[in-house]
Amino acid sequence: MAATSIKNLKEFSTSNDRFEGAHTLCPGCAHSMIVRELMNCTDDNLVIATNTGCLEVSTAVYPFTSWDTSWIHIGFENAATAAAGAEAMYKARKRKGSLKDNDAPVKFVAFGGDGSTYDIGFQWLSGAVERGHDFTYICLDNENYANTGGQRSSATPIGATTTTAQAGSHSYGKKEKKKDMIAIMAAHGAPYVAQLAPNKWKSMAKGFQKALETEGPCFINTVSACCTEWKFDPKDTIGITDLATDSLIFPIYEIIDGHELNILYRPKNVIKVEDYLAAQGRYKHLFKPEYKHIIELIQKDVDDKWNMLQRREEARI
Amino acid sequence: MAEKYDLQEREVWDGNFAASQALRQAQVDVVAAYPITPSTPIVENYGSYVANGYIDGEFVMVESEHGAMSGCVGASAAGGRVATATSSQGFALMTEVLYQASGMRLPIVLTVVNRALASPLNVRGDHSDMYLGRDSGWIQLDCFNAQEAYDMTLCAFKIGENHDVRLPVMVHQDGFITSHTAQNVYPLRDEVAYGFVGEFKPVDDMLDFSRPVTYGAQTEEDWHFEHKARQHKALMDSRSIIDDVLAQFKEISGREYKRVESYMMEDAEVAIVALGTTVETCIVAARELRKEEGIKAGVVAPRCFRPFPFDKIRDALGNVKAIACLDRSSPGGAMGALFNEVSAAIYTTDARPLVTNFVYGLGGRDFSIAEAKRIFKEQKAHADAGKITTDIQQFSGLRGPHLGFFQTKRS
Repeated sequence: MAATSIKNLKEFSTSNDRFEGAHTLCPGCAHSMIVRELMNCTDDNLVIATNTGCLEVSTAVYPFTSWDTSWIHIGFENAATAAAGAEAMYKARKRKGSLKDNDAPVKFVAFGGDGSTYDIGFQWLSGAVERGHDFTYICLDNENYANTGGQRSSATPIGATTTTAQAGSHSYGKKEKKKDMIAIMAAHGAPYVAQLAPNKWKSMAKGFQKALETEGPCFINTVSACCTEWKFDPKDTIGITDLATDSLIFPIYEIIDGHELNILYRPKNVIKVEDYLAAQGRYKHLFKPEYKHIIELIQKDVDDKWNMLQRREEARI
Repeated sequence: MAEKYDLQEREVWDGNFAASQALRQAQVDVVAAYPITPSTPIVENYGSYVANGYIDGEFVMVESEHGAMSGCVGASAAGGRVATATSSQGFALMTEVLYQASGMRLPIVLTVVNRALASPLNVRGDHSDMYLGRDSGWIQLDCFNAQEAYDMTLCAFKIGENHDVRLPVMVHQDGFITSHTAQNVYPLRDEVAYGFVGEFKPVDDMLDFSRPVTYGAQTEEDWHFEHKARQHKALMDSRSIIDDVLAQFKEISGREYKRVESYMMEDAEVAIVALGTTVETCIVAARELRKEEGIKAGVVAPRCFRPFPFDKIRDALGNVKAIACLDRSSPGGAMGALFNEVSAAIYTTDARPLVTNFVYGLGGRDFSIAEAKRIFKEQKAHADAGKITTDIQQFSGLRGPHLGFFQTKRS
């Protein structure tokens, strides 16, 4: 059931506080905003599984926990399966009537970073979605392995420098383009797939609610700006995210039942990708004359993708 | 409610079928599984019981064994009865999660049909997977035949789910020799079996939202050591509860089991220590040798491989002169695990019998009664000479030239 009182941001951000403010995420990390928004957008009971990563190591360091709900972490790759196992047990116990409260609605959510979602936990996520478990998987996409010090992931965009895809005198950083997880998850036939961003908090809350209320496996890729590895001032997290959504490098859209695509945010003034890149240290080297063509390539890819999304929306395919 | 399943007083079951019947009678809530030879029929059967209404549970066919144990962990933390089965490579793939399951103190039952580990790829039975699990923090029960595969699986739930234990339990049977050989099995009636195992009573139930729980927290040098020490203590303390459960099982079944099984050991001069189906081979060999040659041979077998019954092994072997420890797993540049552990136990006795090590039966290589007799006779020769007269570690049943390592320095 949706939380009843989503009126303004201040009220929303403090309602139903099941994610404690006491955690050790970096100042300026978008993860906590996204997690808090998920937990505040519903009044239902939540079972949350989390892959190993920034969120996990920052919120459950014994003898403390930031989670005022049921929470489980097993390993790097298997939060989707942990949620699936818990969901299977919920079904079995509900039938037998052995739950403490047999009528209260329960929602199952798994969180993973892009490392555990796009790479090491990809198989587990794919399996859980294929099996149709009733859960929502949320990827906190900061485009690198931030918890281990900023290595490349398959979500790292072309041209970004990371510790394992470094820019240097002979390299412009990562050579490969970002994997399109939204398309991949939509191709699984998941009933609800979306890309959302915390600067557009109303559409994010609505998307989360839709996913929680949709029966079956839902996947949401969230933009989680990482001041530590993207290299920007911690106070600028939402500002950087504004540049990300307004340059269309992170378009905000949903795909229902694998084919019905809706664009959820159309910037009034689309800004150049260059402005987004220039605001982050990880792209600094691209502004050398010899790498100018990479910026052009990124812009072209963003334009092409936006055209594709608009055409799919119009054609309802 | 589950449908009634017709059982005869005596059934002819293989080990896989026996184990799956125990899962049915325990009314397991969730099985998350991935098939692998030779354990596949256990989970297939559970699936068929669900499909035909004999179990009111959830059968989750995941995409790998790592996923299978991950699903079991999530399901177990959600407060119900959980089991699965695996072998060999599947066991190896789920190893990461085995440690996580025991660290979270989740009473999952894993029926392991023992099989060799690749490479080279091999589907036959040896104890490589069983040995791989020996430091994983699970209780490990060992079965020698199909009846025991059934009995120990029922006991496993009652042991692991005891609130003073709260540990996962593996029940081991030998690939093909036990898992695929039909034998007489005397099952309990459904209500007797379920009455023995009992209702599942959750601890730290993720689906009890009046008391939120955090599973799988991080601990560093400040707390990790204390957690692991408590886990080890829980394993050590489970010994008396295992004894209690085995005693209760005797009351309802008439079948007596002990953490260390001893056969013909009252007056034994030489002994073999072994695991799995080899135990029965050695019992036949000992019986025949006693008759044919008057050699006082006996057999000792850890029913409970973990927690290792250090004191019971010592008591069982304290009066013999020579012992052969049989390891059915490639020791990878060391002495076999059973040899090391048995030697450590008897080193603390005054008698300190002579101990040798045989690596045997890898990849399903047959271990015969004749070979068991030969090993007994070799122990008799050591006993008569008062010292080890062969290499301390030898390979038994290997093609080509003799392979052995290390000689005694004891005079």
